[in-house]
Amino acid sequence: MLSSTGHPFIFLLPVLAIAIFWVMAKFEPKPVGVTKKSFFERNGTPVAIYLIVAVAFWSLFMIVLPQLFMVEMSFRPKLPPIEMGGPKDLYTFENYHYFIYGSTTSSDAINWVHIKAFFLTIFASLLVALFNFALCYPLAFYMAQVARPARVRFLLLLLIAPYWVNEILRAFAFRIIFSSGGLINKILLGMGWVDQPIDFIGNDIALYAGLGYAYMLMMIFSLYNAIETLDHAQIEAARDLGAPWWHIHAFIVIPFAKPGIASGCTLVFMLSAGSLAAPLVLGGPRSLWFTPILYDRFFQAFNWPQGAAYAFILLLACVSFVLLVLRLGRLSLGEIAK
Amino acid sequence: MTAAVEIDHLTVQFGLFTAVKDVSLQIRQGEFFSFLGPSGCGKTTILRAISGFQDPTQGVIRIGGQDMSGIGPNQRPTALIFQNLALFPLMTVSENIGYGLRVRGVPKADRDRKVDELLNLIALSDQGHKKIEELSGGQKQRVAIARALAVEPKVLLLDEPLSALDLKLRQHMRNELRAIQRRVGVTFIYITHDQGEALTMSDRIAVMNRGKIEQVGNGRDVYEHPQTSFVASFVGENNGFTGTITKISGDQAEIETSVGRLVGLNKKSLPVGTKATLFIRPEAMQFGAQGENNLSGTAADAAYEGMTTHLTMKAHDGSSIVATLTGAPAREFPSQGSSVSFAFATRDALILPA
Amino acid sequence: MSSKTVMNVMLAFYMAIFFGFLFGPLIVMGVSAFNTSTYPQVYPIEGLTLSWFEKLLNDRDMVYGLKNSLWIGMWVVVVSVPLGLAAAMMMSQIYSKARSFYYVIVVSPVLTPGVIIGISTVVFWRDLTTATNSKFLYDGVFMAVLGQSSFISAYCMLMFMSRLNRFDRAQEEAGLDLGASQTQVFFHILLPFLRPAIFSSAVLAFLSSFENYNTTTFAILADKTLTTVLAGRVRQGTTPAISALAVLIIAVTVVGAIIYEIVKRREDRERQARLDAAHAAELRELESIEKATHHA
Ligand SMILES: Nc1ncnc2c1ncn2[C@@H]1O[C@H](COP(=O)(O)OP(=O)(O)OP(=O)(O)O)[C@@H](O)[C@H]1O
Ligand SMILES: [Mg+2]
Repeated sequence: MLSSTGHPFIFLLPVLAIAIFWVMAKFEPKPVGVTKKSFFERNGTPVAIYLIVAVAFWSLFMIVLPQLFMVEMSFRPKLPPIEMGGPKDLYTFENYHYFIYGSTTSSDAINWVHIKAFFLTIFASLLVALFNFALCYPLAFYMAQVARPARVRFLLLLLIAPYWVNEILRAFAFRIIFSSGGLINKILLGMGWVDQPIDFIGNDIALYAGLGYAYMLMMIFSLYNAIETLDHAQIEAARDLGAPWWHIHAFIVIPFAKPGIASGCTLVFMLSAGSLAAPLVLGGPRSLWFTPILYDRFFQAFNWPQGAAYAFILLLACVSFVLLVLRLGRLSLGEIAK
Repeated sequence: MTAAVEIDHLTVQFGLFTAVKDVSLQIRQGEFFSFLGPSGCGKTTILRAISGFQDPTQGVIRIGGQDMSGIGPNQRPTALIFQNLALFPLMTVSENIGYGLRVRGVPKADRDRKVDELLNLIALSDQGHKKIEELSGGQKQRVAIARALAVEPKVLLLDEPLSALDLKLRQHMRNELRAIQRRVGVTFIYITHDQGEALTMSDRIAVMNRGKIEQVGNGRDVYEHPQTSFVASFVGENNGFTGTITKISGDQAEIETSVGRLVGLNKKSLPVGTKATLFIRPEAMQFGAQGENNLSGTAADAAYEGMTTHLTMKAHDGSSIVATLTGAPAREFPSQGSSVSFAFATRDALILPA
Repeated sequence: MSSKTVMNVMLAFYMAIFFGFLFGPLIVMGVSAFNTSTYPQVYPIEGLTLSWFEKLLNDRDMVYGLKNSLWIGMWVVVVSVPLGLAAAMMMSQIYSKARSFYYVIVVSPVLTPGVIIGISTVVFWRDLTTATNSKFLYDGVFMAVLGQSSFISAYCMLMFMSRLNRFDRAQEEAGLDLGASQTQVFFHILLPFLRPAIFSSAVLAFLSSFENYNTTTFAILADKTLTTVLAGRVRQGTTPAISALAVLIIAVTVVGAIIYEIVKRREDRERQARLDAAHAAELRELESIEKATHHA
C-alpha cells in the first residue's frame, strides 16, 4: 500500500475517536443528582470554549497524533527526502525485520545485540524496580506509620532535596564515585582489599546503582501515600493478637498498599526502561541498554523510520508491563497513576 | 395580592427515588415561612428548586407571579443562605457582602454605601476589612445574611443556617433573625428540622415527611390541631396509643388499644373499624387523679426540671407514657417502681388515622 | 539487649545506609568542585580552588544552554498550567466510560518513556509543518516546549484534580445565587481557590522542564539546552567544572527552599492569628449573650 494515503487516514482516526467520546459523554447515564445542563451552560461560553480548545489541542496535537505518526513512520522505508511520498514509499515491515535479523532484507542471522539489549533492559528495569521497592519500603513504612509529623516533614525535605539536581548530574556523581580512579576504588585499594581497581562501569554496577538512585523518590512517594492511609489501629490490633512483625507486613500492610506498590514499581520500571541519561553517562563501552541503541538509530544511523520502530517496540513493552501489573494486581489505571 | 412564591405540583426525582412528591403551596409576601421535617425529607430539595439549582421533574414554581422554568439561579429574585453558609474565604467581609452588587456592575461608591448600611444592620460596622476566618460563628452567620440581603431579593431562602452553632448562640440568633426579617420585610423561607426554631420564629409552618407536605399552618395550628399522626408526633412531645375504633358517639370515638379503651375527639370522622392513633400531650395528663380516661402502671423515670418534672410511666403492656407534672407533684414525684396512675380528659385527646 | 533496642539500632543502621546512598554521591561531587585536581575527586584534596566555577561561567555553550533552558521552562509553564487546568476541569464533568477513555489518553504521557514522547513530537511536527508549508515552526525550542508540555501538562492536571476535589460546590452555587455568571464564578471564585495549585504546578512544570533530558534531547533538534550541553560534556570526559555546576544548582535550590519555608511559616502564623481572633470573637459573643440574658 502506498504510504501517502496514510496521513489523511491518521487525521480521520481522532475525529472518529472524538465523535465516539462525545456520544459517550452525552448519552451515558450520569450519576444521580448531576444537573442536566449542557456543557456550555455549566461552564459559561468563554470557559467552555477554553476547555474544549485546550483539551483538544493537548490530547490531539501533543499526545495522540504524534504517537500515531510515529507508529506510521515505523512502517515506512528509509528514503531520501525527494523520494518520500514517491512510488518507493510503500508500507513495509523492514524496520522490525531489522530489529530481529540485523538487516532489512536477509533473514540469515539473528540480531542478537539488539534483541539481547532489549530483554536485558526489560529485565534489569524490573530488578531496579524490585530493588527500589525493597530499599524504600522500610523508610516509607516508618514515615507513614511510625514517625511524628515534624520528623516526617523533615524526612520528606531530605528526600526531595537531591532531586532538584538534574538527572545527568546525579549520574555524573555516580561516575565520579565508581570510576577506576574514583572514591570507592581508592578506598578498596587503600584498604588493600583489592590490588586492581574494579571496573564498576564496565560491569554495569554503576549503571544499576545510578538507575536505582535516580527514581527512588517515585517509589518512596507512591509507597508513603498508600501506607499513610492505613489505619494505625489495624496494625495495633494485629500486634495485640500476637502477630509477628513480618506477618503484619506480609498480610496487612502490603496487601493494603498494593495500589501504591504497583504504582511505584510501574513508575520506576518505566523510567528505568526509558532512561537515557544514566545509560549514556554510566554505561561502559560494552553496556547493552536499549535506549542508547534507539538514540543511535536517530543520531548515528540517521534512520528515523528504524528509530520509530524501535521506539514503538519499547512503547509496546511498557504498555504490556502496565497491563500486566494491572491484571496481576487486579487494579484500575486510576489507582496506579497517583 | 399574588403570592411571593407559589409552588405548583412540584415533584423532584433523583433517578428512581422521589425526593419531593407533588407539593403545592403558596407563600405570602413578607411572611416568615418554615419547612419543618426530619432529616432527608426533601426540605433542601424544595429550597434548591425555588432558588433554581434543582430542575423540577414536574410542576412549576412562580415567584411574584412569574413562572421560573428555565430561569437560572443567577437570574432569580431569590437569595440562598447555604447550610454551610458558603462564604467566600478569600474575600474580606465587605467584599463578601458587596459581591452580588459587584457582579451586577453597581459602581463602587454605591456599593460601599450599601455595604456599610448592611454592616450596620448586622452590628459589624468596623469589621468590614476582616477575613472570614477571623469571625466567630455568629458573625459569619450575620455576614451570610447581609450578603444575601445586599442584592435586595424578593425572597430569602435559609437552609438550616443555625445548625452549626451551639445551643446558646442558636437561641440568640433566632431572635436576631426574626428581628432582621421584621426590619427588612423580605419574605423568608426557612428550613429546619428543629421544631422549637420553627415554632418560635415562623408565621406559618409546612410540616414535611418523606417528600410530602403533611400540614401547613401557624405554630398553634400545627401544635394544637395536628391533621396527621406524623404531625402530632413530630411537633412537640406526644403520647400515642394505636388501636381500632370501636364506637362513635357525636364528635367522640372510642378506641381499643393495648392499654385499654380510650376516648378522644374524632375530628376526622373516622368510621368504626378504622385503625387509628389517639394522641395526648404530656402536659394534658393529670397525675394521680381519676378522670374520663385512666392509665396505670409503675413509675419508670423522672426528669426533674425545676418548674416541671417529666414522669415516665411504664404501662402494663410495657409501653412508656409521659406526663408533665407541675406544681406540688413536680417536687414530690413518686419514686421509681411505685404504682402510679394518669388520667386525661376526652376533649384533650385527638384521634387521627394511624 | 531488648528487642526494642535491636529494632532501634537496625533502624538507625538502615537510615544511615539509606541517606548515605542518597547524599553520598552529591557530597562527593560537591567537594570535588573545590579540589584543584583536574579529575573530580574528594581524596586526596590537592588544594582548594574556585577556578572550576570560573571555568563554568566562561563556558559559552553552557551559558547559552542555560538561557535556552530558562526560556523553554518559562514557555512550558505558560503552556502546561492552562492545559492541565482545562484537562482537570474536563475530568470533573464526565462520567463512567467516557471518563475512563479520557483518563487513559491524558494520563498516558506520564507513563510513556520520555524518549518516545520526544521522538513522536519531532516526527509529527516535521511532517505537519512540511505538509502545511510552515517549516518555520519546526524549531528546536518550539518542539522542546511541545514535547515537554505533553507530559508536564499531565502532572499539572493531577495536581489540579486533587485541589478541585476539595472545592466546595456550594461556593460556586453561592456565586451564581448572588447573580454572577458562570464566567464570573470562574474568575472570582474558582481561580482564586486554585491559586496555590496554580503556583505549585507552575513550579513543578518549570523544574521538570529545566531538568528534562530524555524528551529534550530529541525535541531540541540542532539547538541546545543546559542538560543537552551537559550530557555532551559528561560523555566527553569528566571535569570538576561539572561538579561546580551541580554545586551552583544545589545552592540555588537550598536558597529557594529556605525562602519557601520562610514564606510558609509566615502564612501559617498569619492563619493562626486569624483563627485566634475568631476564637476570641466567639468568647466575646457568648459573654455578651450571657450578660443580655442575665439582665432580662
Ligand atoms: N443530588 C442528589 N442525588 C441523589 N439523591 C439526593 C440528592 N439530593 C438529595 N437526595 C436525596 O433526597 C432526599 C431528600 O434530600 P434533602 O437534601 O432535600 O433532605 P433534607 O430534608 O434537606 O435533609 P437534611 O435535614 O438532612 O438536610 C434524601 O434522601 C437525599 O438522599
Ligand atoms: Mg438539607
